[in-house]
Amino acid sequence: MSSFVEQVVAFLYAAILASVPLLYGTLGEILTQKAGNLNLGVEGMMYLGAIAGFLAGFYTDSLVLTILFGMLAGAFGAGMYAFLTVSLKANQNVTGLTLTIFGTGVANFLGEKTKLGVPVDTMFMSARLKSLMSPLDLGWLSDLPIIGTLLFEHSILTYLAVLVGIAMSMYLKRSRMGMNLRAVGENPAAADAMGIPVNAYKYGHILVGGALCGLGGVYVSMVTALGNWQPNIISGQGWIAIALVIFASWKPMRAIMGSLVFGALSVLRLYVSRDVADIPGALFSMLPFVVTCMVLVLSSIRMKRENQQPASCGINYFREER
Amino acid sequence: MPKPWVMPHIVQRGDVKPVIAWSYRALAVVFALAMGGVFLALLGYNPILVYSTMLRGALGTPGMQKETLKLTIPLALTSLGVLLAFKMKFWNIGAEGQIAAGAIAASYFAYFQAHLPPAVLLPLMALAAIFFGGLWGLIPAWFKTRFGTNETLFTLMLNYIMFYFITYLREGPWRDPAGGFAAMPRFPKQARLPEVPFPFVGNLHIGWIVLILMVVLVFIYLRFTKHGYELTVVGENVRTARYAGMPVKKIILRTMFLSAGLCGLAGMLQVAGPDRQLTDAVAGGRGFTAVSVVWLARLSPAGCLGVSFLFAAMQKGCSMMQTEYRIPASMSDILQGIILFSVLGAEFFLQYRLTSRKEVVV
Repeated sequence: MSSFVEQVVAFLYAAILASVPLLYGTLGEILTQKAGNLNLGVEGMMYLGAIAGFLAGFYTDSLVLTILFGMLAGAFGAGMYAFLTVSLKANQNVTGLTLTIFGTGVANFLGEKTKLGVPVDTMFMSARLKSLMSPLDLGWLSDLPIIGTLLFEHSILTYLAVLVGIAMSMYLKRSRMGMNLRAVGENPAAADAMGIPVNAYKYGHILVGGALCGLGGVYVSMVTALGNWQPNIISGQGWIAIALVIFASWKPMRAIMGSLVFGALSVLRLYVSRDVADIPGALFSMLPFVVTCMVLVLSSIRMKRENQQPASCGINYFREER
Repeated sequence: MPKPWVMPHIVQRGDVKPVIAWSYRALAVVFALAMGGVFLALLGYNPILVYSTMLRGALGTPGMQKETLKLTIPLALTSLGVLLAFKMKFWNIGAEGQIAAGAIAASYFAYFQAHLPPAVLLPLMALAAIFFGGLWGLIPAWFKTRFGTNETLFTLMLNYIMFYFITYLREGPWRDPAGGFAAMPRFPKQARLPEVPFPFVGNLHIGWIVLILMVVLVFIYLRFTKHGYELTVVGENVRTARYAGMPVKKIILRTMFLSAGLCGLAGMLQVAGPDRQLTDAVAGGRGFTAVSVVWLARLSPAGCLGVSFLFAAMQKGCSMMQTEYRIPASMSDILQGIILFSVLGAEFFLQYRLTSRKEVVV
């Protein structure tokens, strides 16, 4: 293979690696918004998942517990959000933002606390646990040229993310519950009148959405950071995920494509040689955020009816106010 | 037939007396601190000891009080900015970037126009900060009025863009050639804020006078001017504002410029005051904390001052806690989160009342 093709494959591979946490966050937020709740706490829930997964992996050395605790922590954050916004009708923007501040604080706190409590330079995963989450080797499939690397050499968390995306798409489009959920997001009063338990739908989907965000956090601490804890580990990925929801126009399948694009943007710096374009590193880091702004503007300019946010999103439902 | 279990019924309350409302909120804060105490106790610390250390670290000596005040100034000023936008229900969570934009503009004059006399240079820095901070806030406002672009996410993304722009300046064009690692030079003497005495504490940079002035100005602006009235109406109900013939777009643009301009000014006070140079930590999360502050202060300018002081004390206290007990200072973020969660929850009981169904029928 020529070195140029090798470079391109390496770039695409890195893009896939970087896209996974974004995909989890986006899918989680799509589910949440479909229930009519705008949760700005994605970043916080990813932090909670990242630290909980990390600590579970660090202390128990178990893959199942790592994933489970990551999801539970994300769902815990989402649970607080759901209690405040669904049951106590608190402002969704402020509650979500608070969840981000809280989750970031908890993760940085526990990370640093753990570091202080163990001998220097011992705070990382066992090689066994790391290898369980690192890219799989699927035998002859992985050995195929180009396709082998791009499609069959990934972490189980990557495959899981894509599966969740496909499943969510079917769920929203084809299942009775999925359609009920969309009714709740579009017009909770009408859904209520139809006999759909609005609050139960909201709680359920916000919690599952949070668990997915938590899983994205697990991916960041275990795969992206190679099982080493770093402060401020999520660094804005949760916010990009929220923007990706708009980019994907609330469609899980488009979220898969969208997260790939943004994954590619975030690793571009490492694959553009200085000879081609001498652009300072900081400007490259800025790129995903600039593109997000452009996406926000473009999607607001060409508004289509079917590509809109669920109508009740951001507004709390209070039965007595109908 | 067995009597069915009756779900408690939620009914809306009328207006609650301010005294009662504020005692609910105070109770919520106490509850939050107790929860924080439980968290500390679970980690094996004595919460009372830790809290008293925090208090001592924040207010124990005049020196510490001064540090707390230094943290209060930029936070309160940013909150005032955020308040203007929130009053209009424009979700400006881009204060972080607007602070940075203001700080960059001010720093330009400090680095490249330092030959000017201080009496010209400092006001020029402040004006530049207000102007560029304001412009940075105008961008999302303009797109909001023109295309209805989501301002929450737009303002947020602009934070990161400004953050990386400072990194770019630090690593490239503005890098201090004398420094070993990538950092920007210190400000020359004439570009630093003068110090004036603050009661009981000693000399503090002049930012505190600016802050008090701004609290008064924002209060007057909201309460007694046509502009303030207009932006309140837009916040309450855009349709009403349109029906009344108000130029809604102009109001949104104007208010966002002022909102972001105040945040920019906070950035200038930070670089020319305690920091004495431009760093990429110039905003340091204040833009987000300010959102909490404004919410807890129920959109009152004087309230912003008080809540900012509390949060600054908490932050300062937590850094003391870190040195004495090796408890990471991010504890202050956790406490901030718990306090806000608990006050958000308490608001429910101010707006609604739980009753049994029977009472409603009668």
